[in-house]
Amino acid sequence: MRVPLSWLNDYVDVKNIPVQELANRLTLAGMEVEAIETIGYPGAELPWDPKLITTAEVLSVGPHPDADRLVLVEVDYGGPEHEIAVTGAPSLYALKGQSDLHLKVAFAWEGSLLYDGHAEGFVQRKLKATKVRGVLSRAMVCSQKELGLADVHGDIIYLPSDTPVGVPLTEVLGDYVLDFEIKGPFGHLQCVYGIAREVAAIFGRPLKRTPLEAAIRLGLTTVEQPEAVELEIADPDLCPRYTATMIRGVSIGPSPLWMQLRLQRAGMRPINNIVDITNYVMLELGQPLHAFDYAQIRPRSAGSKPAIIVRRALPGEQMATLDGELRTFDGDMCLITDGGGPVGVGGVMGGLDSEVKDTTRDILLEAANFFFLNIRRTTQLLKISSEAGSRFGKRVDSELALIAGARAAELMRELAGGVVDSIAGDRYPGKPAPFPVAYCPAMADSILGVIIPAEEQRRILTALEFSVRDNGPEDWEVLVPSYRLDVRHPVDLVEEIGRIYGYDRFPHTLIDEPLPPLRHNVPLEEEERVRDWLVGLGLDEIISYSLIDPADEPRLASPGTALTFAGEAIPLRNSLSPERSQMRRSLLPGLLRTARNNLRFLERVALFEVGRVHYRLATPNPAAGETGVAEPRRVAMALAGPRQGRWFEATDRSALDYFDLKGIVEAFLERLALLDKAQWERGAHPSFHPGRCARVTVEGREIGYLGELHPLVCEAFDLPVQPVVALEWDLEALLDAARAAEGGKHVGMISAYPPVHEDLALIVDAGTPALDVQRAILQAGLPLVTRALLFDIYQGPQVGEGKKSLAFALTYQSPGKALDESDVEKLRMRIIKVVEKQLGAKVRRA
Amino acid sequence: MTLFEALEQVYNEAQAALELAGDSAGLEAWYAAYLGRKGTVTLQTRAVGQLPKDERPAFGQRVNEVKQALEEAYAARAEAIKQAEMLRTLESGAIDITLPGRPVPQGHLHLTTRTLRQIYDIFAMMGFEVFEAPDVELEAYNFDLLNIPDYHPARDMWDTFWVQTPPGEPRLLLRTHTSPGQIRAMRERATHQEPIRVILPGKCYRYEQITARSEHQFYQLEGLAVGRGITLTDLIGTMHQFAELFYGTGRKIRVRSSYFPFTEPSVEVDTNCILCGGGGCGVCKYTGWLEIAGAGMVHPVVLQNGGYDPAEWSGFAFGMGIERPSMMKYDVSDIRLYYGNDLRFLRQF
Repeated sequence: MRVPLSWLNDYVDVKNIPVQELANRLTLAGMEVEAIETIGYPGAELPWDPKLITTAEVLSVGPHPDADRLVLVEVDYGGPEHEIAVTGAPSLYALKGQSDLHLKVAFAWEGSLLYDGHAEGFVQRKLKATKVRGVLSRAMVCSQKELGLADVHGDIIYLPSDTPVGVPLTEVLGDYVLDFEIKGPFGHLQCVYGIAREVAAIFGRPLKRTPLEAAIRLGLTTVEQPEAVELEIADPDLCPRYTATMIRGVSIGPSPLWMQLRLQRAGMRPINNIVDITNYVMLELGQPLHAFDYAQIRPRSAGSKPAIIVRRALPGEQMATLDGELRTFDGDMCLITDGGGPVGVGGVMGGLDSEVKDTTRDILLEAANFFFLNIRRTTQLLKISSEAGSRFGKRVDSELALIAGARAAELMRELAGGVVDSIAGDRYPGKPAPFPVAYCPAMADSILGVIIPAEEQRRILTALEFSVRDNGPEDWEVLVPSYRLDVRHPVDLVEEIGRIYGYDRFPHTLIDEPLPPLRHNVPLEEEERVRDWLVGLGLDEIISYSLIDPADEPRLASPGTALTFAGEAIPLRNSLSPERSQMRRSLLPGLLRTARNNLRFLERVALFEVGRVHYRLATPNPAAGETGVAEPRRVAMALAGPRQGRWFEATDRSALDYFDLKGIVEAFLERLALLDKAQWERGAHPSFHPGRCARVTVEGREIGYLGELHPLVCEAFDLPVQPVVALEWDLEALLDAARAAEGGKHVGMISAYPPVHEDLALIVDAGTPALDVQRAILQAGLPLVTRALLFDIYQGPQVGEGKKSLAFALTYQSPGKALDESDVEKLRMRIIKVVEKQLGAKVRRA
Repeated sequence: MTLFEALEQVYNEAQAALELAGDSAGLEAWYAAYLGRKGTVTLQTRAVGQLPKDERPAFGQRVNEVKQALEEAYAARAEAIKQAEMLRTLESGAIDITLPGRPVPQGHLHLTTRTLRQIYDIFAMMGFEVFEAPDVELEAYNFDLLNIPDYHPARDMWDTFWVQTPPGEPRLLLRTHTSPGQIRAMRERATHQEPIRVILPGKCYRYEQITARSEHQFYQLEGLAVGRGITLTDLIGTMHQFAELFYGTGRKIRVRSSYFPFTEPSVEVDTNCILCGGGGCGVCKYTGWLEIAGAGMVHPVVLQNGGYDPAEWSGFAFGMGIERPSMMKYDVSDIRLYYGNDLRFLRQF
């Protein structure tokens, strides 16, 4: 919202407050000034040199001796002599031959910087003295465009007739425009007068009530049924008040310069005097108005007087709005209708047919009030955006309706030559009851933490037009003014007091109270530890989008297979794009897309993500606070690219494979105290290579899968042709298991006696998992076999078809003595017997 | 030539020869030639029998002196040669120490994780624990219970992603802010009517066009303190403390009045620009201030909805963005780099 300072100054004196300080104080009090635009003064885009650009008076217009389309004007600029300037301005040309004119203009001397009136856009140029067809011209009368006041090069500007001659133009037309960003649904701050009220309270200055008192000046009174029109509010829940004022015999034309400039500075384009006045009063007081062409308003029946009926729309009812769109309404939208049908969407936009035209003579001026939530519902459902709708949607004081209607009528009388009917119509079924709030000045202290004297509190409330009645020093009754319908609680009063008093004056304190019971957030601590471990293992953490492309789910399954999920997907009702239209049920799509995007620039990626997946399990139950959505944590990893980077000596450049990921995972499991507890079995999963996939469980609970991605899954994610190994595990299950393992942990004995090392090669069926053999050895050798490390695998003629040889390095060690050959012999025999029996293994002799 | 003279001659000869032994091999040859079993000095000792008995002790003594002297000279020479040889070996083993080391793959934490941890640590010092709340949220928790009824103009402050739900079912959405966690934390703690100090981090979602300055997914961190006498100056002090610990000592704080439906009074908290220090620059849009949090005293309606009687309890709440601080600190011009996960960006942290 843009507020010209010159306009603000009409209601509260801000002349001696530096504009920057004014902006700062308003910002601190909650009316954020985002920008200050300077017009004419130093700092403006086009500063007007106060010596060279001044006010002046055109006294006479004479012919140019040598050019038919130009005239010579005689100008009094306040100096000892008059200046003759050459011009082609149409309105002056029309006065050729006249004298004794007394027209006030903006006058610029050679050397002044102006915009080129004939150039496209704003091009600055310096005014030079030139001979125009033999006549020397040292100065010129300026247009709005040349001064930077408008973007079209129209006629020259004429200043009010009481403008002094020879003063810098800045004194008359210079200005600052404050551009506000007002947070919150505050209709009362969406206008110049509302800001003036705040300025008055902040700076302790009087507020001029002139614009509110037009009804008194007009001698306006009201009745429910005025002469000119029949008024009915059929649905007062949607329209608490409707006033109608008649202004007869207006002549439509341009509004005066001062009004045009204010509208422009506030960001609106001048149209004609009637429309400009309704906009002007809306900007001034915050009340949207609507001017009907009275002649277009139809009676209910022939012969009766025109009628305005405010009612709910019939479902499906239609009307074309001012913007030319044909609108269809539902039964909760509020329409303004006349005897013949809809003429406007109440509080939102007028109808196309009853608009004011150049030929309009009589105006029926609507100043009404509409229920803000319904206005918002209507604008949202119809997708209409309008100044009126936006203001009513932020709540407008219903007491303003008649005040603003009278103000506009007064201006129409002054500026459009209208005659105002002295009796206006006012239907007001929704007049709000006075709203008192019980308040105690000590509340400010207990909420704010700072003592503000009761008298200062009273001053602030009064300045904001709250009325304070003392029932005792601790017992105030504060009557909320009609314009502050948002104030309902004592804390609302505290906020008003605090912000006007100034938060910059508050001390800084820390909470001086007992601490709540202290708790660990165990799941979070565990999660963060997981991140640290995985980073330590050389993986980069990513955080990807929770919203994914639903088509990525089938992409995760190789053809002919389908993924199963633990719950239903959560699609969006409104999405930015199909790629972000469903909550993820797997971390893999984000991980694989990240891998793909990065492999365009990097040869190797090693990624992980720890995050939540989301799926629906049940119907939401708001009463219990239950969303019905499960959001468990997962951990996912992906590796692709060469095992080692290039170096100046040969490195291992083969592709990262299953065993690279498994190595990382084993180190990770070791950290979680789960290395010995994890069960590895061959897995079958739609995302993975059927022969290179493991399913991992701990104590029978599934942790997840790990493997080389199926090549067709890689292709579906547009990954380069190379192995990608990945996993997605249930982090909740993993951490539950780790917590249990950590709880059952005990320190193993550390032996001081020498170990015995020997190798043992076993021939088993080629399909026998190595882990089974290793576990069998360790089991059989308990407790003296402390290690069985697989160091060689052989398949070939020496062991026979369908067989393989697994060679283990065994370590025997006793906590109690040095083992001798016979001890080792006994153990070895036991191990061999067990593996023969359990796995059909044979010892491979060298 | 007497035996004595012969001994002295051998001695002189041996000393001269030792000077000439330049490496280990030469040294060992010298030793064999003079002090070995068949060495000339050794052979001299055996000649003692040829001497008259009365000369034998003197000769024996001299022989021993010579042998000892030569052994010592040998040892010294051996040490010198060893050192010289080692020096030569080391010199020939010199490498170009500017060559790169063997590459070790490095992992990196995401920038957001790093920022969150920093903030957790700061608030932990002030007694705040981390409390987590869901991403997919009930409409009631995201809006109504926070004093934002349907169609209320305050809802305009958040462009919302709505979840497809069957008609007639309570509506779900992606939380637009971390504030619904306030209700969840209060309702959990209200059963014991405990005071509360929690921070609530999490992903938030807004139905907004994605640009360099705004993302549809971002992180926020909410803070909530509920107690029997918490005041706005406590909030201001806590924010100041945070700013000093997060942005560095000597930070200034500016508190502006603002509007949020779930706080009353509502404020916005700024700190002097981390780049220009308050003088005005492009980062702070020439205001000298950067907004760090929206905050306020918990609205009585919200306290009530959370199960705390506003007549007895008061509290403050604040909410801050997580990406903005690091964007400012590291001059990151595009928020899409965060969750687009370009490793060339993430590996810089």
